[in-house]
Amino acid sequence: MKGKKGMVLAVLLAVILSGAFARAAEPLKIGAILSVTGPASFLGGPEARTLEMLVAETNKKGGIMGRQVQLIIKDSGASPEKAFSFAKQLIDEDKVFAIIGPSTSGETMKIKSVAEEGKTILMSCAAAEAIVNPVAKYVFKTPQSDKDAVLKIFQQMKKMKITKIGVLSSNTGFGGAGKGQIEKLAPEHGITIVANEVYDKAASDLTAEVTKIKAANVQAIVNWSIEPAQAIVIKNARQIGLKIPIFQSHGFGNIKYVEAAGEAAEGVMFPAGRLLVADVLPKKNPQRELLLKYKKDYMSFCSGEECSTFGGHAYDAFIILVKGIENAKSTDKEAVRTAIENLKGFIGTAGIFNFSPTDHNGLGIDAFEMLIVKKGKFAIL
Amino acid sequence: MLGGMTAVTLNQFIPLPLAILAAVVITMIVGAIIEIVFIRWLHKPSVLRMVIITIGISILIRETALHIWGESVRALPYFTGSSVSSINLGGVYISSQILWVVGIGALVVAALTAFFNLTMLGRQMRACSANRDAARLCGINAGNMVTLSFMVSAAIGALGGCIICPITYVQYDSGTPLAIKGFTVAILGGLGNSTAAVGAGMILGILESFSIWVLPTAYKEAISIAILLAILFVKPSGIFGSAEAARLKEF
Amino acid sequence: MARRYLPIAAFAGLIVAIQLATLFSGTAYYLTQLTMTAYYSLVIVGLCMLIGYAGQISLGHAGFFAIGGYVTAFLTTCNLNLHPGVIVSLLGKSGALVARPDAYGGSLLTVHPWLACAAAILLTVVIAYLVGGPVLKLKGHYLAMATLGFGIIVYRMVLGTEFLGAADGITDVPGFPLLPGVLITGNSSARVSNYYLAWGLVILGMVLLLNLIHSRVGRALAAVHGAEDAAGAMGIPTARYKLNTFVLSAVFAALAGVLLTHYNGGIGPSEASVMKSVRYVAIVAIGGMANLWGALSMSLVLNYLSLRGYFGTYDDAVFGLILILIMLFAPDGLLRRHLFSDLKRAISRNPVEEEAP
Repeated sequence: MKGKKGMVLAVLLAVILSGAFARAAEPLKIGAILSVTGPASFLGGPEARTLEMLVAETNKKGGIMGRQVQLIIKDSGASPEKAFSFAKQLIDEDKVFAIIGPSTSGETMKIKSVAEEGKTILMSCAAAEAIVNPVAKYVFKTPQSDKDAVLKIFQQMKKMKITKIGVLSSNTGFGGAGKGQIEKLAPEHGITIVANEVYDKAASDLTAEVTKIKAANVQAIVNWSIEPAQAIVIKNARQIGLKIPIFQSHGFGNIKYVEAAGEAAEGVMFPAGRLLVADVLPKKNPQRELLLKYKKDYMSFCSGEECSTFGGHAYDAFIILVKGIENAKSTDKEAVRTAIENLKGFIGTAGIFNFSPTDHNGLGIDAFEMLIVKKGKFAIL
Repeated sequence: MLGGMTAVTLNQFIPLPLAILAAVVITMIVGAIIEIVFIRWLHKPSVLRMVIITIGISILIRETALHIWGESVRALPYFTGSSVSSINLGGVYISSQILWVVGIGALVVAALTAFFNLTMLGRQMRACSANRDAARLCGINAGNMVTLSFMVSAAIGALGGCIICPITYVQYDSGTPLAIKGFTVAILGGLGNSTAAVGAGMILGILESFSIWVLPTAYKEAISIAILLAILFVKPSGIFGSAEAARLKEF
Repeated sequence: MARRYLPIAAFAGLIVAIQLATLFSGTAYYLTQLTMTAYYSLVIVGLCMLIGYAGQISLGHAGFFAIGGYVTAFLTTCNLNLHPGVIVSLLGKSGALVARPDAYGGSLLTVHPWLACAAAILLTVVIAYLVGGPVLKLKGHYLAMATLGFGIIVYRMVLGTEFLGAADGITDVPGFPLLPGVLITGNSSARVSNYYLAWGLVILGMVLLLNLIHSRVGRALAAVHGAEDAAGAMGIPTARYKLNTFVLSAVFAALAGVLLTHYNGGIGPSEASVMKSVRYVAIVAIGGMANLWGALSMSLVLNYLSLRGYFGTYDDAVFGLILILIMLFAPDGLLRRHLFSDLKRAISRNPVEEEAP
C-alpha cells in the first residue's frame, strides 16, 4: 500500500506542477508484470526502467487524453505462478486498462487465457511465436519473431556460401524456439545442420561443446541464447582455435556481451533491430529519430546506463498503447484493441509495426538488420 | 561473487592488481563482520542451525547485490593476453587465464597446507575443528579461530571470484551455484583437507565435462549434485577422508 | 478429544468469515490469491510435520511439489492423438482418457486428471521412499545438504527437459473435475467454490495430522525428536517412523502441486527452485517448528502477502531475513506453544536455558 500511496502522491505532484488543476480526471491505470528480479532480470530490469521513464514523461506532458497515467509494476521474478496471481490481481482488483509484459514467454503463455477471460489488452515483451499464433483477441507482442531472425541469418549464409553449420542453443524458451526454427527452416534453404548442442543457460564454460562442434567440421556456428553464456561460446570457440564465422541470435543485442567477450567478439554477426546502430543509421531512415531519442532519454533517466533492445520492447508496448488510445479517441478497451489491430506503418524501436486482426505482432523480416561487431562496437554489415 | 563484483567496480578507479587486493580485503572484512554479527554470540550453535543461517545470509547478500549492482553481467579483463589469445600445448589450446587460475589455485593450496601444518595459528584452528571444548581447555580462543576461519575462507572465495570472472563473468546471482558445488567438492575430499579437495574438484570437473558426451548438456549441474548425494549415502567422510577422523569430530 | 477439534472449527469459521466479508464488501477478487495460499499452506503443514514433529529438516520440498505439478501437467496436456498405439487405445477403452477441444479449435486426447493425479502421487511416494531411505540416515548439515541437493536435481531436470517445457514450463493445463459440477480452475466464475475446496482440503489435512500427532505414532515421533537413540532403545522403529513421515509430507507437497497446477493452468520451473524450498522452511520456522497452527497461520499471512507482490523486489530477501532472524533468536521457532509460559518464566527471572546441547 505504501508504494501505491507514494505513486498517488507523485501523480498528484505532477498534476500540480504541470498546472493542470482544471481537470481532475481519474488516472489511467496501466499494469506491468516484469521479472525485475530472478533469472530473467536482464529483461525485466531495463523494461521496468523504460516504463517508469515513459510514464514520467507522459505525465509531465499532461497524460493521455488529459488523464494521468498510473503505472503499477509487479515483480514476478520470472515465476509463472506469480505472474498468474498478479494478472488476476491487476485485472479484477486494480481494474487496469492494459497489462505490459510479462518479460518471458513462459509467463506470457500462462496468463494469455487470463487476459482473454478478463478482456484486458496484454502487450507481451516476450518473443515466442506461440504468443500470437494462434491469435488471441487481446494478446499482442512487440519483439520480433524468431523465424524472421533465422531467415535473416540464412540469407546472409547464402551470400557467404555456407551450407554446413553447427548449432548451439541454451535450454531456455528462447533457445529452444530458435533451435526449432533453425531445424525447420534449414532444409528449405539448402543448409545442413551437422552438429546440434544444447547447453545450460547458466553454463560458465562451454569448451566441451565447441570442441564437439569443431570435430564436426562445420563452416559456421549459429548460437541461440539470451544469457551471458553466448559471450562464453565466442570466447571458448576462439580459444580452441576455431576461426569460422559465428552467428548469434538477436538476443546478442546488448553491448555488455561484446564488452564481456572482448576481442573474441570481433566479426560476430547477428540479426537485430536498429536500436543498437541508431548512431550510424542513414539520415533518411524513418526509425532513426525515435531510436536516438530513446537512447538519449534512457541514458539520462538511468544515469548513464546504455539502453538495450529488451527495454525497447517495453517502449514499443507503451507507445503502441498510447497510439491506440489516441486513434480510438477513447479509453474503452474494445475500441483501443480494434485501433491497435488497425495500426499500420507505426514506427517503434523494434521496427515498423503493421498490425492486422490476424497478425498481433506486426513485424516482418525487414525489422531486422544484419549487424557485425567491429572494434568492440556494433556496425551494419 | 562479492569479490568479483567489488573488484570489477574498483577496477574502474584503480589498477587491476590493486583492485583485486582491495576486493579480497573488503570481502574478508565482510566475512568477519558476518561471523561477529550472526554467529559469534550464539551459545554452542548446532551445525544445522549455522547452515540454515548461512543459507539465509547468502540469500540476503545476493538480493543486496542485485539492488546495488543491478542485474547486468560484468567481467574483469584478462590478466595477461586477451580473450582470443591462447597457448598451444601440443595441439590443445589453453587460454592464458586458465593458467592463472590453476597457478593461483596451486599457490593457495600450498599456502593453506603450510598454514595449517607449520604455523601455530593453523594448528590452533585445526584443534578447534577437531574438538572445540578440548581446544578451549588448552587455552585457545575458539571464538577468534572461527572468525579467522570465516575471514580466510571469505578471502579465498573472493580471490577465486576475481581470477575466474574474466572467464565466466560475474553477476549478482552467480554465487549460489558455486557455493553448492564448493560444498560438494569439500565433502568429496573430506572436510578440512584442502589438498584432497583440489583432487576432488578435479575429479568432479572431469566427470561433469565428460558427462555431456552421454547426457544432454543441460543436466550437467545435476551430475555434480548426484555425485554429492552418492558420496553422502556411501561414505560421508569423503573419498579421501578417513572415517575414523570424521567420527572424532563433533558433527 | 473435543478440545482438539475446537481450533479446527474456529479456523473453518474464519475461512467462512473471510468469504462473507469479501462478499459483502464486493472484494471477491481477494479469494483467488487466498486459494493459491491454501495450496501452499498444504505444503507447509506437511513440512511442519516433518521438521517439527519428526525433527528432520528438508530443503527439497519444492522438488516434491514440482514432481506432483509436472506429472499432472504433462499427462493432462500431452496430446495422445499424436502417439497412437496399443496402450493408448487400451487406455481409451477403459475410460482413462478424455478428449477435449483445445483453445484454438483442434482436439486433444489426454489422460484424465484423476488418473494423472493418481500417477503423480504414486510417483512421489516411490521417489520419496527411494530418496528418503538413504537421506534420513544422515544427520545435521549432511541431511540439509542432501535434501537441498535433491531439490536442485529436480530443478535441473525440469529446466533441462524439453518435453517438460524447459524454462517455459507447461501451459494450458485443464481444470480438475473433482466432483460433478466442481472444477478446480482459476476462472473467476468458479472462485468461491475453489476457495472453499482448497481450504477444506487444508482443514482435512490438519485433522489428519493432528490425529496423527496425538496417536501412538505421534508420541513415538516426539520420542525420536527428543532423543533418537533412547527411542530406539525403547523399541521404537525410529527409521521407519521417520521415513513414513517424510513420505507423508512429500505426498502433501505433491498433492498441493497437482491441484495448484490445475488451478493456475500451468507450472514453471520456478516452483522447483531452491528459493521455494527455503521459503517453506522459513515459514515453518517462523510458525514455531512443532506448531501446526503457527505454521498454518504464518503461511496464510506470508504467502498471501508474497502472492500480492507486497514485498516488491525484496520478496526473496524478506524470506532470507526471516530465516536468519528466527534461527538467531528463536531456533525453536517464533510461535512456540510454550511461548507464553516461556515469557512468564523470563519475567520471573528464572534462567531459561538457551538451547539444548
